[in-house]
Amino acid sequence: MMINTRRAAEFSGALLFTVLVLDACHKKPEPSPEPVVRSGTTTTTTVSGPNADSIRRAEEEAARLRAEELNRRRVDSINAAEAARRAAENARLALTTTVHFDYDQSDLRPEDRAILDAKVPVLQANPGVMIRVQGHTDERGSDEYNLALGQRRASAVKRYLIDHGIAESRIETVTYGEERPVAQGSDETAYAQNRRAEFEITAGGQAIRQP
Amino acid sequence: MTRFIRALVIAAVTAAPMLAAGAQDTTYRGITLVGNYDPLRDKLGIVVLPVSGPFGDSVRTIIRRDLDYGDRFTPIDFDASDPSVLRAAGGTGLNYPMFARLNAAAVVEITTVPTGLHVALHDVAKGQVLNVSEFAMPSSALSRDWRMAVHHVSDEIERWVTGQRGIASTRIAYVRGTGSAAAMRIVDSDGANEITVPTEECGVSPAWNPSGTMLAYATCGLNSRLFVIDLATGRSRVIMSPTRNTSYSTPAFMPDGNTIVFARITDSGTDLYSVDAGGGAARRLTLGRGVENSLPAPSPNGLRIVYVGNALGRPELYIMNADGTNVEVLTNYEDSEKNYRSDPDWSPDGRSIAYTERLNGRFQIRTINPTGSAPKYRTSEGENEQPSWAPDGRHIVFTSTRTGVRQLWVMDIESGRTRQLTKSSGSRLGAWSPRLGGP
Repeated sequence: MMINTRRAAEFSGALLFTVLVLDACHKKPEPSPEPVVRSGTTTTTTVSGPNADSIRRAEEEAARLRAEELNRRRVDSINAAEAARRAAENARLALTTTVHFDYDQSDLRPEDRAILDAKVPVLQANPGVMIRVQGHTDERGSDEYNLALGQRRASAVKRYLIDHGIAESRIETVTYGEERPVAQGSDETAYAQNRRAEFEITAGGQAIRQP
Repeated sequence: MTRFIRALVIAAVTAAPMLAAGAQDTTYRGITLVGNYDPLRDKLGIVVLPVSGPFGDSVRTIIRRDLDYGDRFTPIDFDASDPSVLRAAGGTGLNYPMFARLNAAAVVEITTVPTGLHVALHDVAKGQVLNVSEFAMPSSALSRDWRMAVHHVSDEIERWVTGQRGIASTRIAYVRGTGSAAAMRIVDSDGANEITVPTEECGVSPAWNPSGTMLAYATCGLNSRLFVIDLATGRSRVIMSPTRNTSYSTPAFMPDGNTIVFARITDSGTDLYSVDAGGGAARRLTLGRGVENSLPAPSPNGLRIVYVGNALGRPELYIMNADGTNVEVLTNYEDSEKNYRSDPDWSPDGRSIAYTERLNGRFQIRTINPTGSAPKYRTSEGENEQPSWAPDGRHIVFTSTRTGVRQLWVMDIESGRTRQLTKSSGSRLGAWSPRLGGP
């Protein structure tokens, strides 16, 4: 956590420096046909004679371009930040998308394997991220035996991720059995939603990078 | 049946006690019985006379209900507004012929005395007092302890007559609600005096110690642990500490009270362990190699344990020795991959194991002999699960959805008679206490 915070500070410092240098370079090719009179720390350009209007127009144009450029860069950096935020959000979503199970089963269905497949590169790109897999069941069957079934589901998910190269130490498992239904009601729609494994990010969730 | 014959039969039944009195007397434990009495099928008629004193009506109501709930008696009510009918003409004894005509085999006569209750039990057929005793009562009338003291009177009356103490002075621990909203409760066997047990969050699976002073329980979810709570102090003691990737569940005291068996749920399967009731290192009992073995219930002599395992690919009941050796499948009848059998509990007399089984997609309660013979359905209405035996080996408490919401119910296995115990929905995981304190 401390390392990440320091890195973020270094990164924003570097960004500020780059912007300043770019600004300085941009000022150089400006035309300066007349002598410059320095008064204190303020720089004043005195313009007179027949070209005064065109020079003023050129300066105004240059100022406009400079403002446009600054604005463009500001928008770009906002967009970049937004894109990065969205990427992190997508990565986080991929990590936390729930998988579901058939009745009394802990086998992973093809569509749920695909959901787990999407988590693997995110976990690989973010070695500091730790997750917890919660196994849940529907309300049918023995309340107490369902604790074992919930664990079997969480463990099946964990095994799949380990088999795809994720370190075992990064994945914690816990069972809630039927103690924490996400959908109320005693029908197949509710049951299907409740037979699930949920994902919690337990560490490294502040700056998730997209793979 | 014609009206004439029916009238004859009624006359014969009514007259039977009088006619047979001299000819065919038998004695069932305490009380004198007439005719061919079957203690499992027939209930004894019993009268509880009005009780004097400021809380006499409450005493009478509680005892009458206890005797009814015990399912060994039929309480007989009659108009007692004229006390003179109770006494034999010209004497101080009871009017036994009148009680015989009411089909009462016994009459309970209770008098309030300064120290408590004076109880006399009359044998109607013999026309004499069978037993007399005095019971001390707590001074705080109608309190939890006071009610329990009245239940003790009921249980003694039942013992005087049948030779076996009743189960009125027992309680049922259970859980209401799920997850972090789960609350452990204790209710008297007659549904009164409900209290909350101050467990750790998500405390489930209560299990009584043999003396009824403590409950073992598990907490669910993250940092799952096993605890024993002392019911006198309300203090929980950790038996198994939190372990990563591990949950603890379904503790049960062995009958000696010194050991707790439980299930340990991990990434590499669920297995049964035992641990000293005071805590310490757990000893492994089953080696499931990735399957689930859970919900242990010891036999009353402590030699065997029945539990749920899915080595066959579905939950079935198994029996093993208390040290984990000699494993056998108990429910090997109607072998099918669709089977789902769970929630076993061994009856206190050792003769029967109650459990749940899925039938046509719904769970019902069955009983089976520990040898695996004679599996019998005990329920059919709604879904019925989680049976727990009363100390008389005759009643069970269980969850049922027969009214639309999950509640605890009590059933007399002999007669099939049921009554609703709890009045709050989401009640589950009932555990019937042993007999509590008293004489």
